[in-house]
Amino acid sequence: MITGLSVLAPGSTDTEGFWKMITAGRSAIRRITAFDPAAFRSQVAGEIDLDPPALGFTRRETRRLDRAGLLAVACARRAVREAGIASGTDLDPGRLGVSVGNAVGSATSIENEYVVLSDEGRQWLVDQTYRSPHLFDYFVPASLARETAWAVGAEGPVGVVSAGCTSGIDALGHACRLIREGSADVMVAGATDAPVTPIAVACFDAIKATSRRNDDPEGAPRPFDRTRDGFALAEGAAMLVLEDGEHARRRGADVYGAVTGYAAHSNAYHMTGLTRDGTEMARAITTALDEARIDPTAVRYVNAHGSGTRQNDLHETEAFKKALGAHAYDVPVSSIKSMIGHSLGAIGAIEVAACALAIRHGVVPPTANLHEPDPECDLDYVPLEARERDIDTVLTVGSGFGGFQSAMVLQKWRGGRA
Amino acid sequence: MSTDVVVTGIGVTAPTGLSVKEYWDATLAGTAGIGPLAGYDTTGYSARLAGQITGFDAREHLPGRLLPQTDRVTRLALLAAERALDDARADIAELGTYACGVVTSNATGGFEYSHREMQRLWAQGPEHVSVYQCFAWFYAVNTGQISIRHGMRGPGGVIVAEQAGGLDAIGQARRTIAHGRGRLMLTGGVESSFDPWGWVSHLASGTVSTRTDPTAAYLPFDRRANGYVPGEGGALLVLEDAEAARRRTGRRPYGRITGYAATFDPAPGTERPPGLRRAIELALADAGVEPDGVDLVVADAAGVAELDAREADALRAVFGPFGVPVCAPKTMVGRLMAGGGPLDVVCALLALRDGVIPPAVHVTDVVEDYRIDLVRDRPRPCPLSTALVLARGAGGFNSAVVVERVP
Repeated sequence: MITGLSVLAPGSTDTEGFWKMITAGRSAIRRITAFDPAAFRSQVAGEIDLDPPALGFTRRETRRLDRAGLLAVACARRAVREAGIASGTDLDPGRLGVSVGNAVGSATSIENEYVVLSDEGRQWLVDQTYRSPHLFDYFVPASLARETAWAVGAEGPVGVVSAGCTSGIDALGHACRLIREGSADVMVAGATDAPVTPIAVACFDAIKATSRRNDDPEGAPRPFDRTRDGFALAEGAAMLVLEDGEHARRRGADVYGAVTGYAAHSNAYHMTGLTRDGTEMARAITTALDEARIDPTAVRYVNAHGSGTRQNDLHETEAFKKALGAHAYDVPVSSIKSMIGHSLGAIGAIEVAACALAIRHGVVPPTANLHEPDPECDLDYVPLEARERDIDTVLTVGSGFGGFQSAMVLQKWRGGRA
Repeated sequence: MSTDVVVTGIGVTAPTGLSVKEYWDATLAGTAGIGPLAGYDTTGYSARLAGQITGFDAREHLPGRLLPQTDRVTRLALLAAERALDDARADIAELGTYACGVVTSNATGGFEYSHREMQRLWAQGPEHVSVYQCFAWFYAVNTGQISIRHGMRGPGGVIVAEQAGGLDAIGQARRTIAHGRGRLMLTGGVESSFDPWGWVSHLASGTVSTRTDPTAAYLPFDRRANGYVPGEGGALLVLEDAEAARRRTGRRPYGRITGYAATFDPAPGTERPPGLRRAIELALADAGVEPDGVDLVVADAAGVAELDAREADALRAVFGPFGVPVCAPKTMVGRLMAGGGPLDVVCALLALRDGVIPPAVHVTDVVEDYRIDLVRDRPRPCPLSTALVLARGAGGFNSAVVVERVP
């Protein structure tokens, strides 16, 4: 059961703003402001105008936490508040866990520290006398889970799930399993990543995975469009409160929906490449649907990985056809990465949050920038405009470097309050 | 959990050996692999001792095409993976590619690779950054490369919980098999980040020992405890359903994984007790074992007085004063981050197999108040059937695994 959620994504400062933006089909991609991107191939990204005091952070917290930590903690605090399980309630801390998806750790702070300690790359033997007292926290991504656990008072199972760009889905899937096996009653789970930093931009430049549409940043990510040329790197976070059904019922929690199916597979194919035939993705979808015990035709909306690379568009379209059969042509499929970019490990959790909101509001968010459909992508990708539609079952998928392929099924909770 | 999960293969990369036999012989002999960090000039750094793997030439173990795209940590992990699968005599194609998965833990990533590429970026410009940087350094790299090399398409993943994460990965693999989602899981952790940038980051923990005498630097539970020595390497284990493994191999497995639990310490400033005791009790309950059924504890052995005291408190609370033999094999190799827990599980399994507890080395003056039975100086032979392995990660992670001997 999902009983609370919070999103921080480019172009907005809270969940409501996020939902308004993506259902309006508006893109938040802009020219990079975090640093001067002139020397880079791709110069656009999805950035958050982060205002730590406005998010309730003290100066001390702001110094200690990397951007990825600030995003995770801010979302976690809001999500538990919405769910009504904030500290002071009778929840046993030992039965409360945390699962944070994250692909690249405290990437921004690691690089900032490196630049100082190496004197901007001049010294191989970096100088320890210049280090920040928080360097070790940046070094170990587990600190992101620690900060989140401290923020919500969790003393049950706590950890980071780091499976590249499927981390967000996988962190939530992991949390669901911990609840189902009885290791926790409530999990604060989601993901965070803040990779808009020179080394990350450069490494995606090197493999030409990111968009070069520098003169039209908002139009940069255009999944399923004939003219797409790569994804827009982004930062973001989402945290959800997942709760054992009985526990949620007992306290009369307000429920967004339930995660009823999840599966993760490896494609064992290539660290960055995807198979043309989408076999492993299809298998993950089928396994997730089986776990939810539903027929493919029950799916009312598919939240695509839709990163905006040709390779992904073709792979994913094949996978949907394989797993959903003829129904693939009938079900709306859209990519919110067309609006908020690809925040690596975080995006999967943001997309699950978007799916929960889609169920609640009965609206399918569109794929922005889709003006000229690629003839090889022949499904209904919901171009440009959102659609009102009663949605009771949603499928969301993700693919990541390392060959990770994950799928998750969310379903409407019919009973109103739990 | 009803399904019996057993360990059928082990791959070790440790400062004391690159094979199970080398590692175990050294461990029983009390041979330490701790020494001055080699490879570059460390005179500018406040600590200079490490548990370093020497004599590892990746070219002997890996195909040439993998060398440009792998950090040292992944090269070590690929070696451990290959050896573990060989040891288990596992044929992935025969077992079914979707039934075999990989779950690893990694606390720090491929740091040396990243360091080199960041230098290229900052000293030369973005066009000099390698096409492999986008995946060679991140925390998922070992799972990804292992799954690709061995064609393992089953449920995979990466769990990170600083130094407790290796046990969490084992817990996750066990869960996957017990719930019928996988038939064979390769799991554990391997760690290495000793380039200068990684080394300085290690030192930033504030608890790395600054002593220069390798026999006096890392002394858990000792009155002279002064921090720890970082180590590199770790272990990967092959886990299978017991019945399926028996039918497949006809051999006795190394042992069973019968219990697992993880907890987290309360946030600073709260009055609530730390979580290690709870992790122990939950893991024992998961295994269906009473404290007096435990014959051996492989301790986390922090080497920091406050943390040692806390571990001793938990052991006394659960087992009573001097209630169970305690073993600290990390004293020979240092703390291997996410690789440490899995290597300690290997130590526990081999101790059960051979009926002997390896000694903690260098520790001479155990704090009396701890009232723990720390095995030191020489191996202690005794019949063993059940062992508890503990690991803690900085910030408050506590994990516990119970392993049992297969009669």
